[in-house]
Amino acid sequence: MSIEAHKITKKFGRFIALNDVSLQIATGELVALLGPSGSGKTTLLRIIAGLEFPDHGTVRFDGDDISQRAAGERRVGFVFQHYALFRHMTVFENIAFGLKVRTKRCRPTSPQIDAKVYELLRLIQLEKLAQRYPSQLSGGQRQRVALARALAVEPRVLLLDEPFGALDAKVRQELRRWLRQLHDEIHITSVFVTHDQEEALELADRVVVMNEGRIEQVGSPDDVYNHPATPFVYNFLGNVNLFHGRIDDGKAYVNDSQTGQIVYVRPHLLEIDRRPVNGGHFRARIKHINSAGPLVKVEAITEWGHSVHIEMSQDRFRDLQLVKEEAVFVIPKDVKIFQPQEGPRP
Amino acid sequence: MAGAIALSARNGFIPRPHATGATTESAAVRWSLIGLAVLFLVLFLFIPLAVVFASALEKGIAPYFASFRSPDALAAIRLTLLAAGIAVPLNLLFGVSAAWAVAKFEFVGKSLLITLIDLPFSVSPVVSGLIYVLLFGLQGLLGPWLVAHDIKIIFAVPGIVLATIFVTFPFVARELIPLIQAQGNDEEEAALTLGASGWQTFLRVTLPNIKWGLLYGVILCNARAMGEFGAVSVVSGHIRGMTNTMPLHIEILYNEYQYVSAFAVASLLALLALVTLIAKSAVEWRSRQSSGSLTAENWEEAVP
Repeated sequence: MSIEAHKITKKFGRFIALNDVSLQIATGELVALLGPSGSGKTTLLRIIAGLEFPDHGTVRFDGDDISQRAAGERRVGFVFQHYALFRHMTVFENIAFGLKVRTKRCRPTSPQIDAKVYELLRLIQLEKLAQRYPSQLSGGQRQRVALARALAVEPRVLLLDEPFGALDAKVRQELRRWLRQLHDEIHITSVFVTHDQEEALELADRVVVMNEGRIEQVGSPDDVYNHPATPFVYNFLGNVNLFHGRIDDGKAYVNDSQTGQIVYVRPHLLEIDRRPVNGGHFRARIKHINSAGPLVKVEAITEWGHSVHIEMSQDRFRDLQLVKEEAVFVIPKDVKIFQPQEGPRP
Repeated sequence: MAGAIALSARNGFIPRPHATGATTESAAVRWSLIGLAVLFLVLFLFIPLAVVFASALEKGIAPYFASFRSPDALAAIRLTLLAAGIAVPLNLLFGVSAAWAVAKFEFVGKSLLITLIDLPFSVSPVVSGLIYVLLFGLQGLLGPWLVAHDIKIIFAVPGIVLATIFVTFPFVARELIPLIQAQGNDEEEAALTLGASGWQTFLRVTLPNIKWGLLYGVILCNARAMGEFGAVSVVSGHIRGMTNTMPLHIEILYNEYQYVSAFAVASLLALLALVTLIAKSAVEWRSRQSSGSLTAENWEEAVP
């Protein structure tokens, strides 16, 4: 089912959580709402779910205006950040809840409910834990139960609020892959909120980058990472070095604060060499080297006294044999410039 | 033996003296503090309680039970049960709705409401009784209207019930507000997204989560409703067989030097208090049991 949010504005007292936000999500898509805390991403998700109501604007499911409908009538599956499992019910009862509260006319029979719950338990691979209470489960297991509970009512849309936020790194990785697999199997339109750019880029078909109640950019992970539309997106997705400078005739001049332009360079797009390269280079002195992990991270001080971060492969690092306090040349391979005053944002 | 010692030494096992923590005091300090506490308990709690029962049974079992058979005593017991029977359910209803409103919603005048809920705790019971006299009494604000319509509140059962409700007002709400606040809205929101109605959400999600706190509040509320003296004394008028509750009846008997009867009825109240305390401990134990499993993280290891 497709979702359309049209010109949504939401205020909490004086705080503007969403400012005239419009977004379209196609049927079967897996979309990430990505942004720092306070960017309005969770509010947008809750408005889609019917847990908050917008001050202005409409929400449409498959073209129907559902802005005024209660959460229970929208048939959305919502997975809460801290799972919100019913603590006094077993895993089985939690998953069955949405089916048991239906009016007599629409309620499945008891054997049908049992069959449905066990089907979902198999899906989340927790059949053996049906009689456990939420407090007896690990974080990852609780997350899966919350997902099964949301799926039990056969929702038209799946909404997830920071689904992996409270889990440790290893479990998060596993669950992320599992969720992607699940989505590929059941193809339900899904929206998840995250502040973790890596998670958004790895999991989503499309990423919606949000900041201060507005959408900065919508695009595929490749789009938003490699072709950021605004300085904020460039900054938020991955590490970045900022230089004052300007571009003139296809060349970037750094350490030039005259024009007020800012040059953005990702750490892995800076190369270190012992020899100067024709034209594009600057001098720097190596201050710190961190060689743990797949990439070697080097911090250097530029000739004009700024700190700059550079990443290189372990191979390149071995070839160079860099040491602390060594003077080197730094060669930017690709830079990005945004005009300082870009006019009104999109 | 020597081998065993050598082994344990190799494993780095060093026997330690029993319980030496940074927080432990010397034996002398410990025993004198414990002694002081026990002495205090015996002097101010156990001895008075024992005296109540001893005095009640001073002349044997028969006079003891005879004290309850007098019409006045029976009327007092009935009235006390009636007042508690009306006040407790009403306060249960009020307490749950007030706690729900305060804990789940933001609205204008919320802090005023919280202050008002606490009012009966901070005002002397005698004053709360007087408020009712000033409102409903003959010379009171609504007095002439009540007389004109032949409604009796002061020096009658309705006044006693009203005073009891007022005095026991905060018990349930006070117990529930922090509990509901701590639990947050998540589970209710989850129930709503799953299609539950507001009433289903309350019955199936909210109520089970607060049931022990609720029961605890009800028990305390009931204890106070039965034992209330000050406020009820002001509005009752002490009409024997009609507007006397158990505490008022005890006072009258005592003032008339009928010690055995006074202490017999008092022992009944004390017994009620003891039952209440036992029920309260049972509830506390149960709620600890059900929340204790929340921290049972060790279950994780057993699970694949």
